[in-house]
Amino acid sequence: MERLAFSGVVYGISAVAGFLGALTGLGGGVVVTPVLTVLLGVDLHYAIGATLVSVIATSSGSAAAYVREGYSNIRAGMFLEIATTLGAVAGAHLTTVLPGSVLAVIFGAVLLYSAWHSLRQPKQTIQTGEDPLARRLQLSGSYPGPHGPIAYGVSRVKAGFSLMFGAGLLSGLLGIGSGAMKVIAMDQIMRIPFKVSTTTSNFMIGVTAAASAGVYLSRGYIDPGLAMPVMLGVLSGSMLGARQLMEAKTRVLRLVFGAVVGALAVEMIYSGLSGGIQ
Amino acid sequence: MTDHQMQTVVGRLLQAGVLLSAAVVIAGGAWMLASSGSSQPEYKVFRAEPAELRSARKLVAALTHPRPEIVVQFGLILLIATPVARVAFTMVAFAFAGDRMYVAITCIVLVVLAYSLAIPHGG
Repeated sequence: MERLAFSGVVYGISAVAGFLGALTGLGGGVVVTPVLTVLLGVDLHYAIGATLVSVIATSSGSAAAYVREGYSNIRAGMFLEIATTLGAVAGAHLTTVLPGSVLAVIFGAVLLYSAWHSLRQPKQTIQTGEDPLARRLQLSGSYPGPHGPIAYGVSRVKAGFSLMFGAGLLSGLLGIGSGAMKVIAMDQIMRIPFKVSTTTSNFMIGVTAAASAGVYLSRGYIDPGLAMPVMLGVLSGSMLGARQLMEAKTRVLRLVFGAVVGALAVEMIYSGLSGGIQ
Repeated sequence: MTDHQMQTVVGRLLQAGVLLSAAVVIAGGAWMLASSGSSQPEYKVFRAEPAELRSARKLVAALTHPRPEIVVQFGLILLIATPVARVAFTMVAFAFAGDRMYVAITCIVLVVLAYSLAIPHGG
């Protein structure tokens, strides 16, 4: 395929992925890599390099909108970024050691898990007590509720921090934002309210991705010709998706997108096991 | 500065960084497609990018004789720098607020980012 047509196809796929990713909260980047590798035959290293760049764009681009709502917890985010950035650097170095087939299988497994996770309904529990470590780190906060600010405490800081290292590791290993795992660490483990967890996670994704981007760049994974349509596509799709968020019937969309992601995950695992991705 | 005011500034900073880098990438991309739109891109086999596209320092030096892929890559570097600027700004804000513990925490994150971005990692 000529570059003009190739760029157009990649831009289109990335825009659709970014749009659906923003609507479902799954993130667009996670779908682009399997489509590039499985359908277009792009080498996995180029694919994760281009996708990682698009992850930084969507995370940073949507931050301003989230900030206005006043939900994110900047201290918890910054503290946990120590874990995610260290994990990301470790993960990025691992991509140079592990064969592509192993990366493809891990990628497929993570995709399956995030598809399943996006279908679950979050349950809100407000925690008022807190871990002594959380008190020392001043992690508790409040967020705007219908009748004024709702205060919350933070628990199990050490366990959350460890899981964040894992989220960073996967982000660096696969070139994804690993937003789902970051949300689980904050919402399920540390008992930070769901809304605060998702917006804080969105903030953290960009910094985590920047930590692996340095390693990716100097290993030569970031190709301008491929990253250009992926980044611009995912960014424009997700900006459009964020605007539609309020009116969309997300339940049906989540099911459809979850099924697509699940199919891509199976294809990715198969390609890894059968030698299609090396 | 309250935490919320700080976050508002940070949010604007991030948005500006993304828009600036997207503009540079669009300009470089248009140039790339205009000059070599009919070439055959080859991504099936991994060959590391040339040295000048793999380091921010060499890339900025190459900007004196710009080529399309240099301009696009420069836009991507601006994008990668955006969250780093966010962390640096947050550190300054914590310093003004006299919050030493969070200055230290933010500093650790900056050191990790500097390790990744400022040191060559082979390849």
